[in-house]
Amino acid sequence: MILAKTGNEALAYAMKQINPDVVAAYPITPSTEIVQIFAQYVSDGKVDSEFVAVESEHSAMSACIGSAASGCRTMTATASQGLALMHEMLFIAGGLRLPIVVPIASRSLSSPLNIHGDHSDSLASRDSGWMQFFCESVQEGYDTLIQCVKIAERASLPAICAVDGFILSHCMERIETFEDKSVREFLGPYKPNWNLLDYKKPILVGPATMQDYYFEFKRSQIEGMNNALPVIEEVQEEFKQKFGRGYGVIEEYRTDDAEAVVLLMGSACGTMREAVDAMRNQGKKVGMVKLRVFRPLPHKLLKETLAKFKTVAVMDRADAVNSYGGPLFTELTSVLYDAPQRPNVLSYVYGLGGKEFSLADAATVLEQAHAGKKEDLVTYVGVR
Amino acid sequence: MAKLKSWKELPCGAIIEDMKAVRENKTGAWRSVRPCWNKDKCIQCLNCWIFCPDAAVIVEDGKVTGINYDYCKGCGICANVCPTKVQAITMEEERK
Repeated sequence: MILAKTGNEALAYAMKQINPDVVAAYPITPSTEIVQIFAQYVSDGKVDSEFVAVESEHSAMSACIGSAASGCRTMTATASQGLALMHEMLFIAGGLRLPIVVPIASRSLSSPLNIHGDHSDSLASRDSGWMQFFCESVQEGYDTLIQCVKIAERASLPAICAVDGFILSHCMERIETFEDKSVREFLGPYKPNWNLLDYKKPILVGPATMQDYYFEFKRSQIEGMNNALPVIEEVQEEFKQKFGRGYGVIEEYRTDDAEAVVLLMGSACGTMREAVDAMRNQGKKVGMVKLRVFRPLPHKLLKETLAKFKTVAVMDRADAVNSYGGPLFTELTSVLYDAPQRPNVLSYVYGLGGKEFSLADAATVLEQAHAGKKEDLVTYVGVR
Repeated sequence: MAKLKSWKELPCGAIIEDMKAVRENKTGAWRSVRPCWNKDKCIQCLNCWIFCPDAAVIVEDGKVTGINYDYCKGCGICANVCPTKVQAITMEEERK
């Protein structure tokens, strides 16, 4: 069915179709609406979910951990300071390998206070052992959230599905939705690895491990993340088979004979496509590589894909405040370090706090990438 | 000492299914105050058994019969939830 929905509406609608066993949430701008609309579905009897209204995001994630440990399909939604407040519990969900799925309307972190879109919140959670997906459009957000549930359960890892705050969360788009029944068929029933409430088979969850075992458990968790990439590809393929729409871990746009490409994540990919088309019309060989899955980082694929270009401009919608560019830039240079041929890598930080990233900005980045050089190590796009 | 396991042999998510290890790790030595249960005052409301976070209240045939000091860490919740008029559990200094 074709519907007009904002990002928040579409994600809440996907949650309704997923029909999770438990949703524990505290509303926060700009993902407030996801929780609000979902609570309405609960009140209207459209879902079977147990909705737990909590007093903070720390409690929301704590309740989600308890729920997932009890063998329930579990979701919540948050953004910005809310995700930051969940931070401690994110690591626990990761270490316990609980497949909790969280749509996030990604936005900046205070201070100064700002409610608009960038990737500061999700990228600040990058080391918490969660898979991270960044979506370009509302349609992709809807599709990805459904995929995330299956991927998380199959890989035994939690997942964040990020759409850009306001730019996607509050903008209405024409989206193609599926029948509730089809979504539930695609996901199937959740078969947990273990269940804390199964009194016939008692288990201990969250033991203390000392110098002799902590590191070994972490190594095992890292392997879980290593193994997630083929799981993601598998589920993407199953999704394509069932629903006819496909996504890759990365997507190449007009890169066939490109000399320079821009690598980026999220909604700005749409702007970049337009700018690439315009440059192509001028006969300049430029393209775009969209990274959809940031965790697990598809490092082999990125190396194979990007090493063949003369220049790669890496665009971060977050800064690590490390004086050396954003998280994607530092990771990408690390990925390319031992590539047989190393491209020039240019760093751009853009769109913090929802600052507009215009077609003209995108064109400037592409021009510089095409030229293969720029003056500053890190360019802060559009900053006065 | 038993041979330590490699990371490949460990359960996903550090879930412990073998409760033997848990039973063998006696944690009562952490205690600085101990709950003292008075059989004569106890009205068998089972509040202490319900609230004890470590399952250290011993219940046999539906009745409290004592405290398991191998695991009791002396948190005092049992004494706190014991009905005020009854006070069948009091906390006392461990080293006396």
